[in-house]
Amino acid sequence: MSMRKFVVAVAPAVLLVLTSPAFAQQSPNLGKPISPEDLVSWDISIGPDGSGLPPGSGTVQQGEAVFAAKCQACHGAKGAGQPNDRLVGGQGSLPGDKAPVKTIGSYWPYATTLFDYIRRAMPLNESKALTSDEVYGVVAYLLNINGIIAEGETMNAQSLPKVAMPNREGFITFARGK
Amino acid sequence: MKDMSRSESEQVASNGLLHRRVFLAGGAAAMGAGAVASGAGAAPLAVEPWMKIPGAPFNGYGQPSKYEEKVARTWASAPGTGGTGSSRTPHHLLNGTITPSGLHYERSHSGIPDINPDTHRLLVHGLVRRPLVFTLDDLIRYPMESRIAFVECAGNSGGLFAKQPANANVQAIHGLLSCSEWTGVKLSVLLQEAGIEPEAKWVLAEGADAAGMSRSFPIEKALDDAMICLYQNGERVRPSNGYPLRLLLPGFEGNMNVKWLRRIKLTAGPTMTKDETSKYTILLPSGKALQFVFPLEGKSIITHPSPGLTVRGPGLYEISGLAWSGYGKIAKAEVSADGGKSWGLAALQEPVLSKSVTRFRMAWQWDGGPAVLQSRATDETGYVQPSRAQLIALRGDRGIYHNNMIQSWAVAGNGEVKNVYA
Repeated sequence: MSMRKFVVAVAPAVLLVLTSPAFAQQSPNLGKPISPEDLVSWDISIGPDGSGLPPGSGTVQQGEAVFAAKCQACHGAKGAGQPNDRLVGGQGSLPGDKAPVKTIGSYWPYATTLFDYIRRAMPLNESKALTSDEVYGVVAYLLNINGIIAEGETMNAQSLPKVAMPNREGFITFARGK
Repeated sequence: MKDMSRSESEQVASNGLLHRRVFLAGGAAAMGAGAVASGAGAAPLAVEPWMKIPGAPFNGYGQPSKYEEKVARTWASAPGTGGTGSSRTPHHLLNGTITPSGLHYERSHSGIPDINPDTHRLLVHGLVRRPLVFTLDDLIRYPMESRIAFVECAGNSGGLFAKQPANANVQAIHGLLSCSEWTGVKLSVLLQEAGIEPEAKWVLAEGADAAGMSRSFPIEKALDDAMICLYQNGERVRPSNGYPLRLLLPGFEGNMNVKWLRRIKLTAGPTMTKDETSKYTILLPSGKALQFVFPLEGKSIITHPSPGLTVRGPGLYEISGLAWSGYGKIAKAEVSADGGKSWGLAALQEPVLSKSVTRFRMAWQWDGGPAVLQSRATDETGYVQPSRAQLIALRGDRGIYHNNMIQSWAVAGNGEVKNVYA
């Protein structure tokens, strides 16, 4: 085989190896494809733009009832805390040298995180048991008692991402040495 | 006289710090001086019962000696919970660099799930060309890699921000650090199989525990050294450390090394989970908080001597401890016996590995007077571990996380060792 013929014959194969699909062919490739519908029950993360929020809705009043029944024992009346985390107040406590009071109202930058976290992790002893409506309601209630939304408001996939959290601009992305 | 002059010639810093070679063959004379000073000879030797009768039979899984029961984790749980909190490694009772798996620190957000490996699944989806589900039987057939890596909780040593020094030992202050050999599958291999879409810039990792612990990290890390671990110190990862799968992001804060891993989702931006917004962010005096502080900085601790390990009279001792950096290898570890006025270079125990702990050792001729022991790490990027005052000047004392300040053990005349600010 002349050098020229060799190059012509081998070059496409080299190119193939350098692109990712060809690398993938050398992997075990044991993963099974899954359809979008079949992974819905696991895809519970909510982006800060509201991506992933399910249908449903909840009002402040509805949330207050859920909170009293399922959250208050650990987080106190109106989220005042004790025995576990305090959920209200602390706005204005972040600068300075005194101990900060970090709560949903004073510290959390995104309202979407509330839906994500409450649905996946709360109540502690029966997580992932609240309905979407109940989660929207509790989120509405917590935002209301922090003075962020009015009593008549309803939270759903459209309204929740639009909530302006007080500490939204409170974070700096870390860069080493700066 | 010859012994004294030899000892003096080995001085590397004041208050008795000596080059470690005094322990080696050429330094035997220096050690001899201490041995003679210790007084009476040994008692006559007894022939003990275990020397005369057969010992215990075999068993399936070995356990430490019953005389080592005190070598145990300590823990604290959130009110009303049994398994939400953390447990700590007893570094004062260990040596070397590998933490025994049963003593690896734990941080759990809703207990340790009882996961059946036969039904556990790993989902890889999001901005990929085809979402994939892997079983444990699948993953066990993949090519594996091993690396020795530390995992350190971002909140480790956070108590050193307190205004007054706590009366606490190395386990209570620094016990949220451990080091293991981890073996598993490179995350990049699974992502390549799923096919990474060009818009994918971040990765969400989520656990199968009841808290569904989740964190976001940049895709560069996923394509660099991220690993899905099946084995820890040669055996399958312990339930308390993520059985059957744990994510390892070498050098990154412990919380990101998601245990009980069930899901990897590629996204365009960070998901802004609870832990990466409300928790693992560093509040500055300005009221702003640093976010996405991923690698742990260069740091070191002295484990021997430390509180509970009382120094028993003047003589020759080994000072040893651990140094590590989330940015690479340790370049040097220095020790001071005079509260940071003078520093001597410690010997680094091989192997010195990137994003792992390195054991350092130093010889110390204690004269029985007061001493304040400190250690200071420098990593291969040139970063030098800061003093307490330097770190507080940079970030204030309310940040909780990523506390890598130099810490001080005071040795009193009676040999007791205590945490102090110096």
